[in-house]
Amino acid sequence: MIEQSVTAARAQMPEYEGDTVWSEHEPLIDRIPRWVAMTGLFIAIVGIWYAVTALEIVSNIILPTPMETWSDIVFVGGNMVSGGYMLEALVTTTKTVLLAFGLAMAIGFSLGVLVGETKFGERAVMPYLVAIDTMPKVAFAPLFIAWLGFGIASKVALATFIATFPIVVSTAAGLYAASENERMLFKSIGASRMQTLVRLKLPTGLPYFFTGLKIAAVGVMAGAITGEFLGGGQGVGALIRVSASQLDTPRVFSLIIYLSFLGLALFLAVVWVQKTFVFWNKSDKPGGAA
Amino acid sequence: MTARTREPAEARPVYRIERLTKTYGGFTALHKVNLTLRKGEFGAVIGSSGCGKSTLLKIMAGLLPPSSGRVVLEDKPVLGPRRDIGMMFQQATLLPWKTTLGNVLLPIEMRDGKAAARAAEGRAEELLELVGIGRAKHVFPGELSGGMAQRAAICRMLISDPAVLLLDEPFSALDELTRDFMNMELQRICLEREATSFLVTHSIPEAVILADRIFIMEANPGRVAEIIEIDLPRPRNLDMINTAKFGEIVHHIREKLGKEAFGA
Ligand SMILES: Nc1ncnc2c1ncn2[C@@H]1O[C@H](COP(=O)(O)OP(=O)(O)O)[C@@H](O)[C@H]1O
Ligand SMILES: [Mg+2]
Repeated sequence: MIEQSVTAARAQMPEYEGDTVWSEHEPLIDRIPRWVAMTGLFIAIVGIWYAVTALEIVSNIILPTPMETWSDIVFVGGNMVSGGYMLEALVTTTKTVLLAFGLAMAIGFSLGVLVGETKFGERAVMPYLVAIDTMPKVAFAPLFIAWLGFGIASKVALATFIATFPIVVSTAAGLYAASENERMLFKSIGASRMQTLVRLKLPTGLPYFFTGLKIAAVGVMAGAITGEFLGGGQGVGALIRVSASQLDTPRVFSLIIYLSFLGLALFLAVVWVQKTFVFWNKSDKPGGAA
Repeated sequence: MTARTREPAEARPVYRIERLTKTYGGFTALHKVNLTLRKGEFGAVIGSSGCGKSTLLKIMAGLLPPSSGRVVLEDKPVLGPRRDIGMMFQQATLLPWKTTLGNVLLPIEMRDGKAAARAAEGRAEELLELVGIGRAKHVFPGELSGGMAQRAAICRMLISDPAVLLLDEPFSALDELTRDFMNMELQRICLEREATSFLVTHSIPEAVILADRIFIMEANPGRVAEIIEIDLPRPRNLDMINTAKFGEIVHHIREKLGKEAFGA
């Protein structure tokens, strides 16, 4: 009976004929696919650059046109591929960067463990590190050149010096990252201090360590190039300085482009190693360590 | 399952906590706590949060030194972490870079090395089967549910074959259905192994369904205010929660706790 009357009432109701789809839309700018957005932005920037040079708002001596720059990029690329002097410069800078990165990793990691794991490191070493870190480290460049000469060593030293600090800080921070629960667990299963360090604190701190490495990858590039600006030698930085002094701005631009490839490659290498080693995600899932 | 008749009065005390005091700076967390557990007994401690339950458990486990007093297990004073003491916390705390099996084997790996851990793999797999997650042995903890993670933590506690199980609110982060089920699992494990167990909880029904004796703790300073014997038969089941006797016991404890907390 009740059912019947409900059916009857429903039959009398008018059908709803409005929208059946949610009317919430993402704004247009957020719906552009990534590759379209990136290409569009690139074209826009080059377009503005072209306009600025074509209208001679800025003199061509100071700012080359996009076409000039492009043809110089092609020229420099050709020189490198055919094993010319610019390849030599790039190899020198790459060597400097990799050597410095390796040294910074070794020194930074060791100091980081000293600071993060021992009271002595935390109390005595850390204050000095903080003090040195606040100094403008580039200012040490002349000193390194005076000590180590105009060869690759002085550049490696400066780049290492700059890149070490972020690794120290992130390694130490990583060692503090293990939770009280995890420490208690290791204590309760009779783990030694060394075991707790190697089996708990270091793996837990890996994501922090890699964050430090990414900052260091940027720092090591800056250090190497600055060293080459100030100390001459054979690297890309020295080439850039010479080109700039000759007002060969297209060359400066194209050398910077190739340098940024080097920096990007280093950065991506770090990202790749991180993805391989830190395969777990510190998710908020209940199973993972809290 | 064989219904083991427990006669706590006749069993000898294996765990003795004597005049245990713990101060943090000027704050007294525990004041002259005395309690004993008999072999195979299931003790539960209940009390408001901050009354020193976790502190008591950590000292019993040898994870924290007492300020004064002593803890004796099997006639040997507890002066640090021991292999015959198994612990479980509110968080499963599984290492996310190890599989379930690897996590269960962690205590063996730490104490006896990798080779011993490999040798114990069969036993770890049996334990995982025992708690019903044998199929998750090669899975990483990020993919486990809260209940499954705590099951793995149970296995990790049992792998060293401890004589005593110390449990600090082990299931309180789980939903109620899972928690009831896990409590029955816990009872089964304790009965099978004849393990002496000590559970910290703030759920009265949980304490009543599991424990032979309940220690009611009072805060400021933390101390054992009352001991209640629970003489419900073993093995217990969840249906007992609906019996009049169970209700009476819960009511009695709630009144006691209310008195401690509010002086009513
Ligand atoms: N490491 C510590 N330092 C200082 N005070 C502490 C420390 N650990 C616990 N306490 C204090 O001791 C009291 C008891 O803590 P706890 O044993 O964790 O209580 P419960 O487990 O019963 O909630 C609390 O008041 C807490 O603030
Ligand atoms: Mg607690």
